[in-house]
Parts: sequence; structure tokens; C-alpha cells
Amino acid sequence: MSWGFLRDLLSGVNKYSTGIGRIWVAVVFIFRLLVYIAVAENIWKYELDEFECNVKQPGCENVCFDHFFPVSHIRLWALQLIMVSTPSLLVVFHVAYRENREKHHNRKLYKSLGEIDGGLLCTYLISLVLKTGFEIVFLFLFYKLYNGFKVPRLVKCDIRPCPNTVDCYISKPTEKMIFLYFLVATSGLCIVLNLSELSYLIFKYSIKCYLKSYVKKHQ
Amino acid sequence: MDWGALHTILGGVNKHSTSIGKIWLTVLFIFRIMILVVAAERVWGDEQDDFVCNTLQPGCKNVCYDHFFPISHIRLWALQLIFVSTPALLVAMHVAYRRHEKKRQFRKGDKKCEYKDIEEIRKQRFHIEGTLWWTYTSSIFFRLVFEAVFMYAFYFMYDGFRMPRLMKCNAWPCPNTVDCFVSRPTEKTVFTIFMIAVSSICILLNVAELCYLLTKFFLRRSKKAGNPKHHPNHKNKEETKQNEMNELISDSCQNTVIGFSS
Repeated sequence: MSWGFLRDLLSGVNKYSTGIGRIWVAVVFIFRLLVYIAVAENIWKYELDEFECNVKQPGCENVCFDHFFPVSHIRLWALQLIMVSTPSLLVVFHVAYRENREKHHNRKLYKSLGEIDGGLLCTYLISLVLKTGFEIVFLFLFYKLYNGFKVPRLVKCDIRPCPNTVDCYISKPTEKMIFLYFLVATSGLCIVLNLSELSYLIFKYSIKCYLKSYVKKHQ
Repeated sequence: MDWGALHTILGGVNKHSTSIGKIWLTVLFIFRIMILVVAAERVWGDEQDDFVCNTLQPGCKNVCYDHFFPISHIRLWALQLIFVSTPALLVAMHVAYRRHEKKRQFRKGDKKCEYKDIEEIRKQRFHIEGTLWWTYTSSIFFRLVFEAVFMYAFYFMYDGFRMPRLMKCNAWPCPNTVDCFVSRPTEKTVFTIFMIAVSSICILLNVAELCYLLTKFFLRRSKKAGNPKHHPNHKNKEETKQNEMNELISDSCQNTVIGFSS
């Protein structure tokens, strides 16, 4: 079980997406998942080993690291990727439900299984709202936990068993900051894509409904 | 998800590329991505552990390392490869959109549609003309821009492409100016020069492909202007032969990279 599973999930969702949805999948694959696996994981790999405090007191480094990084950036990033990809499962389940219904009734109930209309439209819109919601929640979490998206070179720590206020140095702070900004930028892009897809779908189906009612009125 | 998955995504674009495009893709996968994964990552693997400063002051090494390497070479290369591969997706999306339109026409039973079944639409190779030409040309242009930007960023950040053995650092909390020693500087210089050389080759290939496409475009325009009656069957036969040759080249290229996985 690894990122390949997420990749397969998103490929499956691609079939039932709109054009903007497919761009979203491409952005998530290439600029988020691939960058995470091929690049970012290695930066944070030895973060605890390389975290150094100006003291010989055993346990002080561990305690200070734990205080400043309750959940590591890289873990939050991974959680964000998983949570943001999961709402697409709702669409997959709905299509599977439609397939099941057709099999059960042994006749064609829907014009096309993957056509985004009726119940599937609601499911799709809910999945878009959830995706956007998760993105915003994680960005907010990053901001709150780490006081913005900066990674300082030096943090001062005075938690027991550290004898006084000690200087602790974080490894590769600039590189980590660059990739955090990259994460924020790609998250922002995905939020914009989700919101445009949402507006596009709502606009398209309002026009469709309006035209239908207009035609009915004049018949 | 890894570089192998990127290869799968871009392999699909290969079918619709020119011959120079196919050579570019092969160079990208064999001389850049494969070298990055198999060799360069090992060379830079221990870069901070073996970065040694002549001081016992805790924190000095971390701060000096961060000062001299704001973003590691290996990470810059990985980002460069990702950004340079991405414009090809524009072409993939355009082709997918065209296929989708043709499938829609076929399903509606449009008489203009010349395909016998959906499989034929799926397997069809589109010629680089019309709007696809514009998409393809813009993707090459963006590739060139990204390559140039990353090469410049490299040169700017590291003052050239040499990795020095010794760096002098006096950032706080280092007590004075301390000597810091980089691990494997010669090996890193060799790989840096190699990657820059292959980048330059890729830039040349992209420029050549751009010139080829522009020449073809202008020739086609002048032919149309000068000779309104053309023989479509004969042209199609020539193009079919060229397509078959391209398929053979792409298949042999695919076979050379098919064993690659990270």
C-alpha cells in the first residue's frame, strides 16, 4: 500500500471528470504527488538527526524538537494529499451504485453512467466543496501550527530538561521554506481550479434548467 | 507515484511528436531522469552529514550549510525535470480533447466522421497541424523558457557550476570565520557539468524542433498559396509511410527505456 494506490484512485476518477477536473488531477499528480515523493521527502528525511541544540543535556534536543514540530511539515503535507484526493471517491461510489441499479433492474436506467446530471451532479458538487474545504483547513493548520509558512534557522527552547534557554538550530530551513511556499502555491492553484469547476457546473446546469422550463412554458 | 509514472504519462505524448521530439524525450529519460535517480541522488545523498565545519560550536554547521545551499542541486534538478516535462501535457490534453470530439461525432452518427469504430479513433495518430500545431509549438516554447530559467537560477545561486572544496563561513553562531568542507566536491562538479551539458543538448533539440515546425508551416502555406490543387491521396501515402517510420523509431525508443524504473 503506497502512493500508487492514490494514483490509481485518481486515474479512475479522471474518467468521470469535467475538463477542469482533469487539469486538477494532472496538477495533483505532477506538482504535488510527484514533487512530494521525488523531492520533498528527502529534505525532511533526517530532520530530527540534524536538529541541533547548543547543549549537552540528554533529552533536551528531543523535547525541543517535539515542542516546535508537534506534527512535522512533511506528515501534514502527506495527510493533506490524502484528504484532498478522497472526496473523489464519492463520485466513483455513485457511478458504481448506478451500475448496480442497472444490473439489478436489468435494463438501461441512465442515458450514460458517467454523465454528470441529476444525483451524480450533486455528488460531484459535494466532492468539489469537500476538496476545497480540506485544502483550506490544511492551509490554515499549517499557518497556525508554524506561525506562518516561515521556517526559522534558530529557535530558543527552555523546556525541561533543558537547563536554561538554549539555542536550537533547524536543518535546511531555507530549502524547507521554499518547498512550503511551493506547497501553498499548488494548494492555491487547486482551490482556484475547484472553485472554477464549481461555478462552471452550477452555471451550466442553471442555464440547462432555465432553457428546459422556458421550452415547457412555450409548449 | 514516481519518475516511472511520469514516463507512462509522457510516453503517450510520444506518439504524436515529431522525430526530434522523440529524441528529446529519450534524452530526457535516459540522460537526465535516469542519471538523477541512479547516480546523482547517491552523490548528494550524504551532503549535510558529511558537510564538516572546523568548529565545535553547535549550530554553526547547520547555519553555514543553509547559507551556502539554500536549495540543493539535486532538488533544483528534480524541479527542472518536472517543469520541463509538463508542457508536453498540453499536447496530451489537446489530443485527448480531439479524440473526445471525434468519439462524440461518431456516437451521434455524423456522416462526416470517417472512422469505422471507436477503437480506430483511440488508436489514431493526429498530425501536427491546425490548432494542434499551435499547442505543440507553445509547449516547445515553454520547455525552452523553463530550461533557460533553471539554468540561469543555477548559475546565479552557485556562482557558476563549480563546487568548491572549501567555503569560509562567519554566520552567527559561528564564533569567527570558520572553514567548512563540502563532501565529494569533484564528483559533484562532474555531475553538475554533465547535467548542464545535457540541458544544453535538450535546449538545442528544442530549438531545432521549433525551427523544423516553423519551416514546415511556412512551406505548407507557400505550397497552398502557390498550388491550390493538391493530390490528397499521394500526400496521405507519403505521410502514412513517415508515420510508420516514426512508429518504428518510437517503439525502439520505448524499448530502450521500458526497463527503467525507480
